[in-house]
Amino acid sequence: MNGIKDQAIEVDPDRGASAGMDAFSQALDVPHVKGRSLWEDARHRLLKNRAAVFSLGLLLLMLVTVIVGPWLIPWDADFTDWDNIYSAPSFASGHFFGTDAVGRDLFVRTLLGGRVSLLVGMVATLVSLLIGVTYGAIAGFFGGRIDQVMMRIVDIFYAMPFMFFVILLMVVFGRNIILVFVAIGAINWLDMARIVRGQTLSLKSTEYVEAAVACGATPFDIIRRHILPNLMGVVIVYITLTIPQVILVESFLSFLGLGVQEPMTSWGALVNDGAQDMESAPWMLIYPAIFLSVTLYCLNYVGDGLRDALDPRDRI
Amino acid sequence: MLNYSLRRLAWAFPTLLLLITVAFFMIRVAPGGPFDSEKNLPAEIEQNLNAKYHLDEPLVQQYFRYLGQILRFDFGPSFQYRDWTVNQLIAKGFPVSLSIGALAMLLSFTLGTGIGTIAALRQNSILDHGLMGFAMLGISIPNFVIAPLLILVISVYMGWLPSGGWEWHWRNMVLPVITLAMPVTAYIARLMRGSMIEVLHSDFIRTARAKGLSEITVIRRHAMKPALLPVISFMGPALAGLITGSVVIEKIFAIPGIGSFFVQGAMNRDYTLVMGVVIFYGALIILFNFLVDLIYAWLNPRIHYK
Repeated sequence: MNGIKDQAIEVDPDRGASAGMDAFSQALDVPHVKGRSLWEDARHRLLKNRAAVFSLGLLLLMLVTVIVGPWLIPWDADFTDWDNIYSAPSFASGHFFGTDAVGRDLFVRTLLGGRVSLLVGMVATLVSLLIGVTYGAIAGFFGGRIDQVMMRIVDIFYAMPFMFFVILLMVVFGRNIILVFVAIGAINWLDMARIVRGQTLSLKSTEYVEAAVACGATPFDIIRRHILPNLMGVVIVYITLTIPQVILVESFLSFLGLGVQEPMTSWGALVNDGAQDMESAPWMLIYPAIFLSVTLYCLNYVGDGLRDALDPRDRI
Repeated sequence: MLNYSLRRLAWAFPTLLLLITVAFFMIRVAPGGPFDSEKNLPAEIEQNLNAKYHLDEPLVQQYFRYLGQILRFDFGPSFQYRDWTVNQLIAKGFPVSLSIGALAMLLSFTLGTGIGTIAALRQNSILDHGLMGFAMLGISIPNFVIAPLLILVISVYMGWLPSGGWEWHWRNMVLPVITLAMPVTAYIARLMRGSMIEVLHSDFIRTARAKGLSEITVIRRHAMKPALLPVISFMGPALAGLITGSVVIEKIFAIPGIGSFFVQGAMNRDYTLVMGVVIFYGALIILFNFLVDLIYAWLNPRIHYK
């Protein structure tokens, strides 16, 4: 800070913080100093993380491809190309990823499967977000006995073999996609609830909340200005980390033949099909596997990057 | 300590009860019964069958009968595998699942903590980034993707190891164990790296270095134990992950363990078998969590048993 002039910074008390900034920039001898919000700090940290930025770019590309792609490909997902059954990827036939056992173009099916996988990922994450944040916030906000009981319940749920329950659900109630959404969402809220509860609890006892109370801020203002923005960070991080988990669960179910049913498909279902024919038609396994793995890889890296950016306490 | 253990154990019972209750009623509200698939079963015979298996009783009575059965560790007969009880099926499959699961657990623990420690010691080096990138790969690529790829390359193209099937031989175990261990190893490595870095920044490590101990002694005698704590508490979820993974692994490698029975049972609506496996594995996870809690409390001097 060699630009600081040796003078006291005078602040006009009536003009508050922005006046202080102006005085500070004068003292620094630079035209204008702007305060940086925590979000700008976080964005700055995220942009410095090259792996996360690259992953984010790749993810966006994947999203656009999956959404737009199927309209651009001349093949229909359920069109049987009788001349090219079980054919390897080739530019001559126009099937860039080859075809499957009934002559359907694998490229368009991989993209359509991606739509389903990503949709399941987002919807189920939303379900778990709603349950988890509500549950955690209630437990953290009321505290005391209510908190104890609610967290005991979470502890008990934690010990359940949830994957088996989901499989059971699928078997008992038939295989429909809405159920996949809800079932996966309903098993993934525990982490979210714990984190939100812990965060709410610790935010309630911070000095700045105390200061806000002392200043006479209404509870609504405290929640809006202090609790929610601070919850947002962890929630965003966990959303990003929950989406790949959910996609993984869905593809796991589809791999067992319990998830998405024909003619609809998902990456897990495609990998399942591919694994059965991999000796004669390895492309049926490899392309969906790459799409699925790259997406999960990128999501995890973005989640990691966001955690480092938004939750810098854990960084060493 | 004894008091603490007993209280932890006491919590296992409501958990187990909830598990059994949910599993029981979830199956029973499902439409159809176990004998619906029989062709044109005369009404009298179906009645006899239902009476034999007590399916004609009120639901609540059946529930308590089932609870009583479980207290005697009896999961009832399998509906799909005639002449087999669920107990026999579990007894047949469990040694297979256990040997693969235990080996995978052992592998992922040693490899994971090793990789994590090395990455922590070389923090932010190329080695660190490489190892962690690899660990991220292990977390991101599902094992039902890795398994077919390994089979394709190692068994089909190279012909080094069998692509599936089961004998009590190491050749049949290598690929399943590796695939099963991969995600858990990756997770433990990341966890271990984080906690080791944190421990290495603490004051007692500085003291240990200041008194002239060699780096290896510092790590082995002082840093290892506290750094392992988060890994220990992860072992419970790790077991759950291994069990879930084994369902897929056993299907892919055609291994006759409990997981493959479970999938078969689920497909064939063999309700008693499915329920038996859920309760058995649930109880196993609860028991294991209890043991992990005890080990954690024992290792961690900061925990005071209330």
